[in-house]
Amino acid sequence: MRAPSSELPLVLDRILFKAGVATILNHLSLTIAPGAPTVIVGPNGSGKTTLLRLCMGLIAPTDGNITWGGRRQASMARRAIVFQRPVMLRRSTAANVAYALAKADVHHSHRAARVDQLLARVGLFDMAQRAARSLSGGEQQRLALARALARDPELLLLDEPTASLDPASTRRVEEIILVAAQSGIKIVMASHDLGQVRRIAGDVVFLARGALCEHSSADNFLNRPTMPEAAAFLRGDLVI
Amino acid sequence: MPSGERFSGGAKINFFSAWDLVVSGNPTLMAIVRLSLAVSLTAAVIAGAVGMPLGASLALTRFPGRATLIVLCNAMMGLPPVVVGLAVYLLLSRSGPLGAMGILFTPAAMIVAQTILIVPIIAALTRQTVEDLWSEYSDELNSMEVGPVGRVATLLWDARYSLMTTLLAGFGRAIAEVGAVMIVGGNIDGFTRTMTTSIALETSKGDLPLAMGLGLVLICIVLAINAAAWVARLWSERQAG
Repeated sequence: MRAPSSELPLVLDRILFKAGVATILNHLSLTIAPGAPTVIVGPNGSGKTTLLRLCMGLIAPTDGNITWGGRRQASMARRAIVFQRPVMLRRSTAANVAYALAKADVHHSHRAARVDQLLARVGLFDMAQRAARSLSGGEQQRLALARALARDPELLLLDEPTASLDPASTRRVEEIILVAAQSGIKIVMASHDLGQVRRIAGDVVFLARGALCEHSSADNFLNRPTMPEAAAFLRGDLVI
Repeated sequence: MPSGERFSGGAKINFFSAWDLVVSGNPTLMAIVRLSLAVSLTAAVIAGAVGMPLGASLALTRFPGRATLIVLCNAMMGLPPVVVGLAVYLLLSRSGPLGAMGILFTPAAMIVAQTILIVPIIAALTRQTVEDLWSEYSDELNSMEVGPVGRVATLLWDARYSLMTTLLAGFGRAIAEVGAVMIVGGNIDGFTRTMTTSIALETSKGDLPLAMGLGLVLICIVLAINAAAWVARLWSERQAG
């Protein structure tokens, strides 16, 4: 059994984020609660990646507060993130996972078994000794997921993990994500693929131009969007 | 000391006599080659052990005066060997601060001088390599909460193929220099005589063909070491990607 969550709810309170003079996120307030995956939807440049990096604690907001489980803590021990283009360490597939386990303070004697278990979980068991950089894009993405899961996270942040993958690879990645979600890990995932929203999302956060346009259940978002930007996005219009 | 045994029979020397010495395994020449390699390889290994973590720390930490230190380190890549030799000479001479060690005019002093000479090269090149790699790795390592020491270790390991070239650059500088080893080693026959000091000596004696031959031998040795390093790199890259 899992210990009570220390990361959730994740509360962002009037977050302002500026990069130079450009405003990336504009007074965004959002609460992420335990449950089914939250999918962040929006066009490129709407602030999805910045929002995920803030949620991870990799960057601090220019203004506003972020709290994890009520605390403004610095430790990200129970959080993990997979970037859109994850960087593979120049070592074997197994060594990449072992590295993540070591950094998550997993004792040396438990690592080998955990590596096997995690690689099996993402379907890379047979590639354990392959050089990580020689893996295909989809395999690298799954290895990045294994590394993230090695941290035994309560909150798993995914930045368009299937953006450059073919349908078969996308399906494998989505299966891993859904299994993780069923095991009690809170998934927060950026996507601009509406099919993926249908397959995965419990609730949807719609961002446009750095502002929160809509936060509703996936069903409501897909069928009864309240904001014109969301409706336009769902129709397939070009929302900029 | 085998000081009586010279390289060959004086007037008969021709351009290829140095090669003959190599092929025939002339013990005096072999001793000189061994000493040159031992001194410069040891200096390169020590300078790598010191310079690489130094360069990586310089790449990954922010502190006042960092920019000055980087410029200084880059500038010191051009340290004149004779100046380093002179400084080490003063340090190690009988009346110098480290005179009590009694290592002046020994191979140990030559290693010290060459190490000082190449630490800046290795540190400066490592700094650049690691800084470039950090821009790629920073998000990933930060999200795994890798601490400062772990960052240095991880980036040095992941940059290992580039750093092998850095180490070779340092070794190349050490094996090729003559000024520092000449001053702190003293070019003592059979004890501190290296390839480069032999070449300088033979040139000053007017035996230009032998000096040229020794020069070619030196170049071949450096070439062989670089070729071996290249093969080792290809092999290990195939192993770990």
